[in-house]
Amino acid sequence: MTRIFETPLYPYERSADQDAEAPVRHPVIVVGAGPIGLAAAIDLAQQDIPVVVLDDNDKVSFGSRAICFAKRPLEILDRLGCGEAMVEKGVTWNTGKVFFDERKVYEFNLLPEDGHKNPAFINLQQYHFEKFLVDRVFDLQAQGKLIEIRGNSRVTAVDAEDSHVSLTVETPDGPYRIEADWLIACDGAGSPIRAMMGLDFVGRVFEDNFLIADVVMDADFPTERWFWFDPPFNRGQSALLHKQPDGVWRIDLQLGWDIDKEKEKLPENVIPRLKAMLGPDIRFELEWVSIYTFQCRRMEKFRHGRVLFAGDSAHQVSPFGARGANSGLQDTDNLIWKLKLVMGGLAPESLLDTYDMERIHGADENILNSSRSTDFITPKSEMSRIFRNAVLDLSEHHAFARPLVNSGRLSVPCTYDGSPLNGPDCATMPARTRPGSPAPDAPVSGNSNEWLLGKLGNSFQILAIDVETPPSVCVGGICADRVTLSTEDNPALRERYLGEAEGAVYLMRPDQHVAARWDHWNDEAVRRAIETATGRNVSGLAGGLR
Amino acid sequence: MSGLNLDPNLAKADDFYESLLAAHEGLTKAESDAFNARLILVLANHVGDEGVLSQALEAARLSRDETSS
Repeated sequence: MTRIFETPLYPYERSADQDAEAPVRHPVIVVGAGPIGLAAAIDLAQQDIPVVVLDDNDKVSFGSRAICFAKRPLEILDRLGCGEAMVEKGVTWNTGKVFFDERKVYEFNLLPEDGHKNPAFINLQQYHFEKFLVDRVFDLQAQGKLIEIRGNSRVTAVDAEDSHVSLTVETPDGPYRIEADWLIACDGAGSPIRAMMGLDFVGRVFEDNFLIADVVMDADFPTERWFWFDPPFNRGQSALLHKQPDGVWRIDLQLGWDIDKEKEKLPENVIPRLKAMLGPDIRFELEWVSIYTFQCRRMEKFRHGRVLFAGDSAHQVSPFGARGANSGLQDTDNLIWKLKLVMGGLAPESLLDTYDMERIHGADENILNSSRSTDFITPKSEMSRIFRNAVLDLSEHHAFARPLVNSGRLSVPCTYDGSPLNGPDCATMPARTRPGSPAPDAPVSGNSNEWLLGKLGNSFQILAIDVETPPSVCVGGICADRVTLSTEDNPALRERYLGEAEGAVYLMRPDQHVAARWDHWNDEAVRRAIETATGRNVSGLAGGLR
Repeated sequence: MSGLNLDPNLAKADDFYESLLAAHEGLTKAESDAFNARLILVLANHVGDEGVLSQALEAARLSRDETSS
């Protein structure tokens, strides 16, 4: 049987651009057809911006790689038209167990809050994830959208000018030149674009190796995340067992620093390790084995003129906490609406600098969290190991120590506090929906299957809750249409959006983040907030978030 | 916010000191290190207050300024 990640999905085809006399100029070129590049391209195509994706191969990711997708990215994927298929295919889980030595020291439940369409997390192999995105690209093509993936098309030179970006693309038919008004580089942690532009990527290297094995087995392990510190089958190191769809299990084994990678990857060395972990009676088959090391680092700036970096090309984190792909999807969610306004002449180019500010804020939060997890999982000194083990021993007996156990702080979206795009706040309303926050989901009414986030996104909107407002407000070519809701029989909506207030008017950004909010309608204030949220009030755009 | 108390606060200082030593009686160096780490974590959780804890970390450093003042 040919496996999905061995099947060419977008094989190389000769493009008319290769026979053009002069390099053809495209509005946007995306480099890289991984999760982030594909999400960027789909978002652009949905907004009727023609996009060409260049990929150096023609297949989805080899092996499972990123496997945990969190609620916020699933909400973004709903907006991109492929979230539901992923949730249906994915494995939903809530329980995690932590083992130390030979004992289970405690278990946790993610206890997802009621009144959200999407679960807290799903597990889904990256190759399935990318396949859903590629299918969505084909759907959009069938609808006549201008979106194209060019397989086996490797960028070998990039020339970033003030007015456009020129690329040289290597293909099976030889090289050709092509141009873009804007280039989005989603070409991964080793980003060739970044290297060709001579940009730095600084951070911290962790001296450790992890063996990942995808194992197909019929085992009745529950659908839970199991994490071991110092288990008998991997002394002095850690281990992780996590379920994926199709009877595939992800096993991560920490190996330490001084190892022979090629030797450790050989089945005759991997299989005994897995047998020791799973027990002698479990029958399994290896699907994929890889050894990884990791770093926590980011680019100093994600925007370089007309070249925008997103996902791993811009920032890299350790895998603990599932903050890689999840944060990359939040990058493009943040970027695409801004790019659309700038390209349409509706916002100044400086709006793109707020992509830098807001997503660097997100990247720093992710790097901080994943570095802390790594320091807990791999103690760097004798004393840090003593404290780590003390926390684990105490966690078995006393509740207070459990929040200190850090086997990965699972990805949650950041709030853009202090963003220059934020408008007025209203003090009587809940903190979780303050300006800069991603809008939490809620049912549209007490007894419906419709969700708030299904009504939000892709343009500025007025969310009117128990307040009379005009149907839309326009300022300088940008219109915000009204979405009206009532909190009658809808306690979740009241709790998340009103708090103590009688009613609320929210100005929502196209990426479903709150721009500003009031407890009454004020036409002039809403107009000003739209100007602020589109970067038209140029003052205050310098520097980072506070 | 009340600060870290660095004045004598143990009603029976000698009794506490004796129990501390007794708790380590018969432990290996590794077991004692682990015990101390657990004790620090238990006490830190009881204190809870971030400000007091950061003052405690500073006080335990015995930096020159601290000791000479």
